[in-house]
Amino acid sequence: MQNVRNPNLTSSKGTRFMGFLLLVGVPTLVLFAFFLTPEDDNMEDAVRLLYIHVPMAIFAYVAVITTGIGSIFYLWKKSRWWDTVAHASAEIGLIFCGLVLVTGSIWGRPTWNTWWEWGDVRLVTTLVLFLMLLGYLALRQVPANPDLRAKRASVVGIIVAINIPIVNRSVEWWENSTLHQQSSLTDGKLEDLTLFTLFLGLILAGVCYLWLMTHRFRVGWLQTEIENEGAIGVLQERIAEGTASSTETIIKEDGEGEVR
Amino acid sequence: MLRDAWLIAQKDLRIEIRSRIITNQIAPYTLLILVLFGFALDADIETLRDTGPGLFWVSILLVAILAIQRAVDIENSDSAQDRLLLSPVSSFSIYIGKTLGLFLQLLLLEVLMMIAMIALFDSSVDDFLLVSATGVIATIAIASTGTLYGVLATGLGVRETLLPILLLPVLAPVVIGATRAFGDAFGRVNADGWAWVGLLSVVAVLYTLLGMLAYGQLLEEA
Repeated sequence: MQNVRNPNLTSSKGTRFMGFLLLVGVPTLVLFAFFLTPEDDNMEDAVRLLYIHVPMAIFAYVAVITTGIGSIFYLWKKSRWWDTVAHASAEIGLIFCGLVLVTGSIWGRPTWNTWWEWGDVRLVTTLVLFLMLLGYLALRQVPANPDLRAKRASVVGIIVAINIPIVNRSVEWWENSTLHQQSSLTDGKLEDLTLFTLFLGLILAGVCYLWLMTHRFRVGWLQTEIENEGAIGVLQERIAEGTASSTETIIKEDGEGEVR
Repeated sequence: MLRDAWLIAQKDLRIEIRSRIITNQIAPYTLLILVLFGFALDADIETLRDTGPGLFWVSILLVAILAIQRAVDIENSDSAQDRLLLSPVSSFSIYIGKTLGLFLQLLLLEVLMMIAMIALFDSSVDDFLLVSATGVIATIAIASTGTLYGVLATGLGVRETLLPILLLPVLAPVVIGATRAFGDAFGRVNADGWAWVGLLSVVAVLYTLLGMLAYGQLLEEA
């Protein structure tokens, strides 16, 4: 938190280390995913998207759960720190959710022969989650008293997090079938290099989430400080104006030309 | 406590009966939506029968947004909300009362819409009990969530645009569940309608509990 005091800098040793890891890790992932791993018997080259799609999906849900936890703690502790965590995580969750939908569609075209499949539970659940996050962030952008906005956003943040299992369950029953692959990690079909690449993708997505989260949190915290200092500054100006005007009144009443 | 809630609901209903906005504006709007769906789907009666349950609940959601905004407007006009907060009525009672008032208005609109749908789409109800149970439980879920989100979007200056984007995704499970249950009750889909009613009940209870917990805090600041 040292650098947070410097308005031009949100980085620290930790974020620079994470950034370096991503700088080295992402080209390595691309190398493994697109050149070194074999193509799948059924999915052929489309399987290569799995190394990005699955980690993004997992951390999109992690981001939403973090928003829910941050919202609960804000309402409990009334701490802007938790509100900033919830806000930062929701923004990153929205980006991850969007990327999951885009990579899922690109993957679905050659695999399922369609860009979109309404019968798929996870796809529709992720879309509804994306829309709920859009609503949450729309509320956060509304110009209002920061505490009022934070309280309302926290209620919405909790509802968004609670809604994940409900939407998932309802969509699953809705079509009672799914075209989606079973969990690639639990079905035991992945081996050696493929499994390694997937885990590399997971680690990098985790580092990317933490890296973005740290920077976004610090930007949010600076915004909070500016809002607080801004309000105090305006109050001090008004107090100064009030003092000056009362002094002028005293001068006029006395007619002596001296400030008392 | 429940007596206070009933008083609040009566107040809202009395205002609606006197202003006649529900009967003169919102009810014709519901009918208009159904007629437009008929035009949009090329007046194919089989398609209309198949899609009828879904069209019904989408229409109800659109109408619910208007009704929720009306319920909030009632409290905002002439600083009625401040007086309500000054009265010795708990926020819990206010929430239950507002939800009950909205629930009864929506239920009335659903009955009107059902009659219109049966007449216009030539639909027949196979399981009247399932239709009734679905209607009541789904409406509780919509009314409880709507009352909470109505106060949540109040006082921000962008309620008209913010409310739909916040509310509609949250009510997606209600639309899915109610449409499937209605599809079964109308004999259009092969689904276990009562299982969907079970899911709707869980959603209704959960949203009502959340509303009870959060409404008081939000109301005081709205």
